Amino acid sequence: MTEQINQTLAREYEAGFVSDIESDTFEPGLDEDVIRRISALKGEPEWMLEWRLKAYRAWLEMDEPEWAHVSYPKIDYNAISYYSAPKSMADKPKSLDEVDPELIATYEKLGIPLHEQMMLAGVAVDAVFDSVSVVTTFRDKLEEAGVIFCSISEALHKYPELVKKYLGSVVPQRDNYFAALNCAVFTDGSFVYIPKGTRCPMELSTYFRINQQNTGQFERTLIVADEGSYVSYLEGCTAPQRDENQLHAAVVELVALDNAEIKYSTVQNWYPGDEEGRGGIFNFVTKRGICHTSAKISWTQVETGSAVTWKYPSCILKGDNSIGEFYSVALTRGKQQADTGTKMIHLGKNTKSTIISKGISAGRSNNAYRGLVRMTATAEGARNFTQCDSLLIGDQCGAHTFPYVESRNPSAIVEHEATTSKVSDDQMFLCRQRGLDPEKAVSMIVNGFCKEVFKELPMEFAVEAGKLLEISLEGSVG
Amino acid sequence: MLSIKDLYANVEEKQILKGLSLDIKPGEVHAIMGPNGAGKSTMGYVLSGRDGYEVESGSAQLNGVDLLELEAEERARAGLFLAFQYPVEIPGVSNLEFLKAAVDAQRAARGEEAVSSKDFLKMAREACKQVNLPADFLKRGVNEGFSGGEKKRNEIMQMILLQPKLCILDESDSGLDIDALQVVAEGVNSQRDGERSFIVVTHYQRLLDYIKPDYVHVLSEGRIVRSGDASLALELEEQGYAWLKEQRAADETA
Repeated sequence: MTEQINQTLAREYEAGFVSDIESDTFEPGLDEDVIRRISALKGEPEWMLEWRLKAYRAWLEMDEPEWAHVSYPKIDYNAISYYSAPKSMADKPKSLDEVDPELIATYEKLGIPLHEQMMLAGVAVDAVFDSVSVVTTFRDKLEEAGVIFCSISEALHKYPELVKKYLGSVVPQRDNYFAALNCAVFTDGSFVYIPKGTRCPMELSTYFRINQQNTGQFERTLIVADEGSYVSYLEGCTAPQRDENQLHAAVVELVALDNAEIKYSTVQNWYPGDEEGRGGIFNFVTKRGICHTSAKISWTQVETGSAVTWKYPSCILKGDNSIGEFYSVALTRGKQQADTGTKMIHLGKNTKSTIISKGISAGRSNNAYRGLVRMTATAEGARNFTQCDSLLIGDQCGAHTFPYVESRNPSAIVEHEATTSKVSDDQMFLCRQRGLDPEKAVSMIVNGFCKEVFKELPMEFAVEAGKLLEISLEGSVG
Repeated sequence: MLSIKDLYANVEEKQILKGLSLDIKPGEVHAIMGPNGAGKSTMGYVLSGRDGYEVESGSAQLNGVDLLELEAEERARAGLFLAFQYPVEIPGVSNLEFLKAAVDAQRAARGEEAVSSKDFLKMAREACKQVNLPADFLKRGVNEGFSGGEKKRNEIMQMILLQPKLCILDESDSGLDIDALQVVAEGVNSQRDGERSFIVVTHYQRLLDYIKPDYVHVLSEGRIVRSGDASLALELEEQGYAWLKEQRAADETA
């Protein structure tokens, strides 16, 4: 059966096409001059350039982390181009009608319709193509509610004070190697501000697409939910199929002020490389949120893509009674490697965190959960519940769990549960005996395994995630 | 309906079925009895195409279709149903979702349209009622946390929904108290319509008090060594299987 499953897993990557779009792309290489050029192209204020250069100088003195349970060839940071933008974006289109039709077609092919009339679903989208934001939809409606949703480049011009106040406040420039690199060279991403007491009237969504060869994508997302506000934010990503690896080093910062709630959902489907592990995206991402008093941040992620994933969406529970949640499904197949999990740092009193992680390994892949729960001396009455489940498909893959628990407060309670199971021959046979294809059987069993996480996703995304798993598992049984 | 001829089959390179032959006509109920290790469960798995059960020689046809050429799911779609002795759990997949997918797959294979969710729910509730399971079982994970008796009744419920041509019940009575046994038997009897055939694998005469067989066969060492009518089961209940040894000894000296 193992062999059958592996055959089923050999599927096509549906988002693997390349768009024929003329781009202005920097020569590969990284130095201070490149950073100055990025900053100048974006017409950034002086303080922003200084901020970038400070990060770059810090990065030069840092070492690439090696502790993750992944292995990949050394990255040559001078072989990467740090800026690429479609030529048609040079004179900034004012509305959707002025955007290059080829760009619109790219997103439509990916199932992300940007035309307003097609978006009755009520999701506002910011589309980022290589290094720049292409279009942000539903702007007027959001402005009415006082919600700011635009590219971070635009925010730097229009709302410099907000950006300056919060950028780097959760993930400092020196936080880690990839975050420092991002601080130096980030090109675009989304900025969200929800005013006090406002419930964002629609789901906000950013769609990231890497198109150009040999470029890295370094997006920067900053979401600030002011006191008593609520926002649900979705993020999706794809890239063309290429034999070379490409680097994606994003930083996402969430700030939930008193009584605010941020729900951040990701469906990550970067190109995973082929069966032999050629090509694919290196997904080295730093995501972190800070919760002030009685605030709540909930991370939900479905990770099916990328050759190597290194990602730990985390919560700093600073305010009393704040809540952090992490719900994750990570599927690896072929030769994919994932080292993902979360950090819950409990500082405030009566803070609560919940971690539900579902790792699915197939083929010759390796899937690791790495999590830290830290109860500091001030975290009186704090609680954590962690559940890590691993599902193995076939007998050549690996599942690993690295839970770290630090408790400096005797009144804090930490619970950890972990299970490892296999898609058993008995389950497969029961399904097939009732008339189901082996593919359908595997996807049904895997979907059942992930149910606890899927129910946390917004409706449209839950359907997409289910389908994505189905596609990802296609061909896993012959 | 079913025609098995001189079937030899191995599990992990050990020969378990050694020249099994059996003919079943539409509407008939055949009971298979025999000592532990005779190959009763293996017969069910071989016929339904489980991986790891290798057919060495012989044939098995269901309504003229060569079963041995088909994948497990194709055999199911051809109308073969196996009620498991130990039904497995599929956590997180609701019974309803599972059954709908199975019925849809089988209907699609026959070129029929899928049943609407609403109609299906009605059918499924009805089937639950027939085996005395509360309707909220449809929402629970497949066999997840079910008691032994509930699992067995759940199997019969699936059979009622899938409407197979041939049902193999693999010790559907094991682990059941007398009330649950009656429920299972009634479920099976309700599906006897003169067309559908049954193979009832059991250790005990007791089940056959409720499901009246047309024939009883004794399976020993991978083949049928004796056949008779319902009275054979009563005889076995009294005598056990010791006579098999004597018969074998006699065969060997002859």
